[in-house]
Amino acid sequence: MPMPDPSNLPKDLAPIATRLSAMLPGDWRALRPVVDRAKCVKCAVCWLFCPVQCIAEKPRWFAADMSVCKGCGVCAQECPQNAIAMVEEDAA
Amino acid sequence: MNQLAPNSSQMIVCDGNEAAARAVVLARPDVVSVFPITPQSSLVESLSQFVADGVLGAELINAEGEHSVLSALQGACLAGARTYTATSGPGLAFMFEPYVRTPGLRLPMVVSLVTRDMLSPQCVWGGQQDAMSVRECGWIQVYCEDVQEVLDTVVMAFKLAEHKDVLLPVNVCHDGNYLSYGVSRVEMPAAGLVDEFLGEAAVNWHIALDPARPMAVDPLTGGTGPGGAASFVGYRKSQVGAMAQSLRVFSDIHAEWAERFGRHWAPLVEEYRLDDADIAIVTIGSMTGAGKDAVDAARERGEKVGLIKVKTYRPFPCEAVIAALSKVRAAGIVDRSVSFAWNCGPLHQDVMTALFASPVRIPLVGCIGGLAGADITAEHFARVIAATAQAAAGESPASPIWLNEHD
Repeated sequence: MPMPDPSNLPKDLAPIATRLSAMLPGDWRALRPVVDRAKCVKCAVCWLFCPVQCIAEKPRWFAADMSVCKGCGVCAQECPQNAIAMVEEDAA
Repeated sequence: MNQLAPNSSQMIVCDGNEAAARAVVLARPDVVSVFPITPQSSLVESLSQFVADGVLGAELINAEGEHSVLSALQGACLAGARTYTATSGPGLAFMFEPYVRTPGLRLPMVVSLVTRDMLSPQCVWGGQQDAMSVRECGWIQVYCEDVQEVLDTVVMAFKLAEHKDVLLPVNVCHDGNYLSYGVSRVEMPAAGLVDEFLGEAAVNWHIALDPARPMAVDPLTGGTGPGGAASFVGYRKSQVGAMAQSLRVFSDIHAEWAERFGRHWAPLVEEYRLDDADIAIVTIGSMTGAGKDAVDAARERGEKVGLIKVKTYRPFPCEAVIAALSKVRAAGIVDRSVSFAWNCGPLHQDVMTALFASPVRIPLVGCIGGLAGADITAEHFARVIAATAQAAAGESPASPIWLNEHD
């Protein structure tokens, strides 16, 4: 039988999606990682451990992508230089 | 082996499991996935044999368990296949996770439940506790009375499931032992005529795994984000709406079946000798045969008794049940399973609910029998009739009556 265009199907028939919704976890964050750039030695331990892989490399330090970072604090816990502090979102 | 003639009907002798398997041959599914369990085993053994002999041109998947059976069929259905499987009791329990997903995905599958009493105590015999345990999962459930009805209903179930106003999975329930192994004469409809009746499978035009129509199947829906609640409610409303539509569609399908193949089955509720009846017994499944015998015997004694057989159980055919019960002054309901919540049978519970939504107020007598393979004989039904007559006279006996309590 002819297959209809998915975008023309009744909206409430079957649970499908034809547009990408990123649903990034940055919305959930209660604590934000703040990097002390003077302490960061670019060892990349935070980059290795980040469970959502949101650490990006900058010229002289590493920093989290705030649209993706969910504020779990793993990077701050693992940083050998103690260069990352978790700061409450509302306080920032 | 009994080869099927392509263009004419044929009379054969077989049990309910083989009848279901032969109905599946007629429906020409693309994918059948199976795992054996008593009392369904001989059904899927027949299917395997049909595939091995080239009688059924389906892909047969011998999965490692029922969870995989139904998961495999979900993928197959999303890829455009007409699909079938069968299970029983503990197998159905193991299937539960994909089972509850299937109606919401609007996948039009047919799955036979060869009904078996539920564990524990350990038992391998018939009873409807397994099917009744999943009566609120969104599947359409229909119950068959005899072997011919099993064959006809499995074929009709594909048309019901795939109807564009329905798009829901269907359980065709036939009683373990009594119908699974009960042998009778069966008329096989002509394969060519069944092809015309069913038409091409149209199972994934609305939800698909298809590179030509890329889509996410079952994305995260609901929650408190923007529009989440509205979209979840929309899907649920559409699902219950389709359940309601299915009563009309199934009735139309039965009428078409009668026209094409000459066999008339009541699609929702059958009324037997009810028109001038004072009281009625209400039955579901294979017990109906003995119930009709008991009604005939009571009629010979001059008692005005009729029978109401519930074929379609989910969705519950409220209007048809009320219309039937409005003709009598009392009804005795016989369940082959238990509602643990209400100290009665589930059919009894549904009939009470239906009556509350109507002006009809008559006493109901609840009876539970046939658990774990026990017989419900014409003599048991005579007791149901006597208790119902007592209720009609204003003295309702204590309910439920456990019919096999002293057997």
